[in-house]
Amino acid sequence: MTQEKKPTWKDAIQLGVIGGVLVLFVSLVGMVQAFDGRYIISETLTLGQLLLFLPPLIVGYISATRTDAQHRVSGILFGSVSGLVTGAILAALLLLGSAINLRAMFINASPELMDILMFGQETLAVATAVLVIGGALLSVLGAVIRLSPPLIRSAILSGVSAVIIMGIMQELLKITFGGRDWYMPIDDFLYEQKGLSWMGVVVTFLLGVAISLWRARSASRPKKTVVKTRSRERQRYVQIGSFVLGAILLLILPQFLGPYPSEILNTVGIYVIMGIGLNIVVGYAGLLDLGYVAFFAIGAYVVGVLTTTGSLATVMWSWWLALPFAVLVSLLAGVILGIPVLKMRGDYLAIVTLGFGEIIRVVALSNWLKPYIGGAQGILQVPKPQIGDFVFKDPEQIFYLVAIGIGIVAFVAFRLRDARVGRAWKALREDEDVAEAMGINLVNTKLLAFATGAAFAGLSGAIFATKLGSIFPHSFNLIVSINVLSLIIVGGIGSIPGVLVGAFMLVGLPELLREFADYRMLMYGALLVVMMLVKPEGFIPEKTHKAELTDRGDVDFDSEIEPIAPAITEI
Amino acid sequence: MSIMLEAINVTKQFGGLTAVGDLSISVPEKSIYAVIGPNGAGKTTFFNCVTGFYKVTEGDILLDGDSLIGLRPDHINHRGISRTYQNIRLFQNLTALENVLVGRHPRMHAGWFGAVLNTPATRREERDAMNKGLDLLNFVGLHGVSDELAKNLPYGAQRRLEIARALASEPKLLLLDEPTAGMNPSETEEMTQFIEKLRDELGITILLIEHDMRVVMQISETITVLDYGKKIAEGTPAEIRSNPRVIEAYLGRGAATQHETAVAEVPTQGE
Repeated sequence: MTQEKKPTWKDAIQLGVIGGVLVLFVSLVGMVQAFDGRYIISETLTLGQLLLFLPPLIVGYISATRTDAQHRVSGILFGSVSGLVTGAILAALLLLGSAINLRAMFINASPELMDILMFGQETLAVATAVLVIGGALLSVLGAVIRLSPPLIRSAILSGVSAVIIMGIMQELLKITFGGRDWYMPIDDFLYEQKGLSWMGVVVTFLLGVAISLWRARSASRPKKTVVKTRSRERQRYVQIGSFVLGAILLLILPQFLGPYPSEILNTVGIYVIMGIGLNIVVGYAGLLDLGYVAFFAIGAYVVGVLTTTGSLATVMWSWWLALPFAVLVSLLAGVILGIPVLKMRGDYLAIVTLGFGEIIRVVALSNWLKPYIGGAQGILQVPKPQIGDFVFKDPEQIFYLVAIGIGIVAFVAFRLRDARVGRAWKALREDEDVAEAMGINLVNTKLLAFATGAAFAGLSGAIFATKLGSIFPHSFNLIVSINVLSLIIVGGIGSIPGVLVGAFMLVGLPELLREFADYRMLMYGALLVVMMLVKPEGFIPEKTHKAELTDRGDVDFDSEIEPIAPAITEI
Repeated sequence: MSIMLEAINVTKQFGGLTAVGDLSISVPEKSIYAVIGPNGAGKTTFFNCVTGFYKVTEGDILLDGDSLIGLRPDHINHRGISRTYQNIRLFQNLTALENVLVGRHPRMHAGWFGAVLNTPATRREERDAMNKGLDLLNFVGLHGVSDELAKNLPYGAQRRLEIARALASEPKLLLLDEPTAGMNPSETEEMTQFIEKLRDELGITILLIEHDMRVVMQISETITVLDYGKKIAEGTPAEIRSNPRVIEAYLGRGAATQHETAVAEVPTQGE
């Protein structure tokens, strides 16, 4: 840490090679080509090209991070070397791909890819030069952005992000609001046929800059004084007011968005409910559960069996009547799974719960239960819930169910977190033996965590069953458990707002961007690796977790002892 | 004077190894009782037997006349025994106050529904626990660090916090496992006084393991010396200091024969 931060040639080349591997990877895996159809800026920049531009930019940015204030110029210089190397590697791919047929090994090294890499140049030599010099220039740009003052830097980054996001969102906005009168002028103004118009680029960039500056200003404004001047009563009114306002917004949101985005929101919401549940098990109590999908499945199947009006019809209850049973059965399943794993810790627990998740899926597929739950054909004709004449039929109405579900679950999780039960869970996570010596009943505490998490998953499953209107075993793959766990990690383990963010990123985005669907797992993997390296505490970390992961648990005696020493000597 | 803790012929074997052999001690109420002995003498093993972390192979342990044998650690804590650890074992990523509140757990009652509904009883209990926790932090000398993560506290403060956590359950008997380990002489002196203050002001019985002879001789009323899991001596500090078997265990056989010299080696009280 204390050593001088002066970059060396070796570092620069190393970074460049890493960037080069990155561009090779995205090219050869087919992402560049797949995303080339989507224009960010009309006629100018596609998402595929952006994917090629990002590595040299990032490489430049990182190499500038590695330099301190005294070595700015050399930082930029070394950054350009890195970008040069990255560009050269990409150029090598272009030359190689044009000379020989690589498709035997890399199916995506197609003429179309080579065409993209030519960047519209006529001759190979010019294109090569463009790639190499372009790489260098981009990384210089990255380095300059990094070395500019924080306010300007975040403004630029925010503006660029806004342009990229708006560019990607074109299609979605059109699907959502295409029919509305008020949207057409906006669309005409911002977008060309494909991608943002130049006018749109300028406007969105400025919008991004404005947001960033506004945030910086409100962050620097002192908050305490505002709170103090408000009386308690007034605070209460503000609280109630914002709650009512939020409720009204949620009420009109699905009508405003229309069916397709509502459907995506519902999918995200179902994962949010599961995320909050698993967060209790993994985040609070520290019990790694990889078979969480089992409780989701149980909730869905209980609702299915009790309500279906199809060929497997039994009692044909209403959804509302079946819901408590779904939650209760999932909860019991949580306890039943909990009992055998009480003594297990860490890896062993993970493996056993993994097995449990698979057992439920296999049982659902089996011939044994086929007369009751339909085997691979599943359960069809699960009715929609109904209150009086109001039927929760379309995604817009199901959205209310999801929103209420999230509300309840988040409320319960918040309350538990800061209560005696939540502290017991956290103590368990920190040190099981000591927790027990402090009088915490391990059996009850663990089972309570499993049961609470399972009940939430059951609720989620019940909503899922009626949303889909039918239930199939293949909806309950291991991948669901992995998704839920990943979204918790990305959002921030132990943090409830983090679950929302994680679910939007890992479940919402792939639904929005259909091209991403093929690369979903790849993106997950990349995102998780990057997160663990760069921001291990997640996007919205739990308050205490943040400190845990950033200072690596070492107590620095020399620096820490000062402020506390006077207190100790008082005795 | 009634007996707080009584161990009767306690034996703990790990396979063929006898860690604690046929140990009997009686700890009087409101006394400070020390268990000393060379490394590996079975002191911590004995503590683990008392707190229910290990099952004793033979013998009986009574707290206030009731047997603790077969009880789980959490039950034993409910009965009124709390402990600290030789290598500090705080809940590292919880704040100082949260650590104490976890220690308060057995004295609280709010369950799942109480927490979710936030009933008046729960709120009252939380508020009381919070006040009690802050008082305890002040009592052990940790002012203004209640929101600090446990692991960010300096070493001495962590030791104190561990004691505060142990006190939060209002124990009758407090087990301290080397409370002055790793401390410099002035910190050790502070801790020694603090342990006496614990007994005098809170009226609890203290059973401690300690390596620092100065501390042991200064504060304990009775000392039991273990060697290879067996009790080799028991008595007041003065008796222990002049006991030839103790000197032998600590300094070797050669030293014991030169009795006079060896007595001088063991630090005396108040030095």
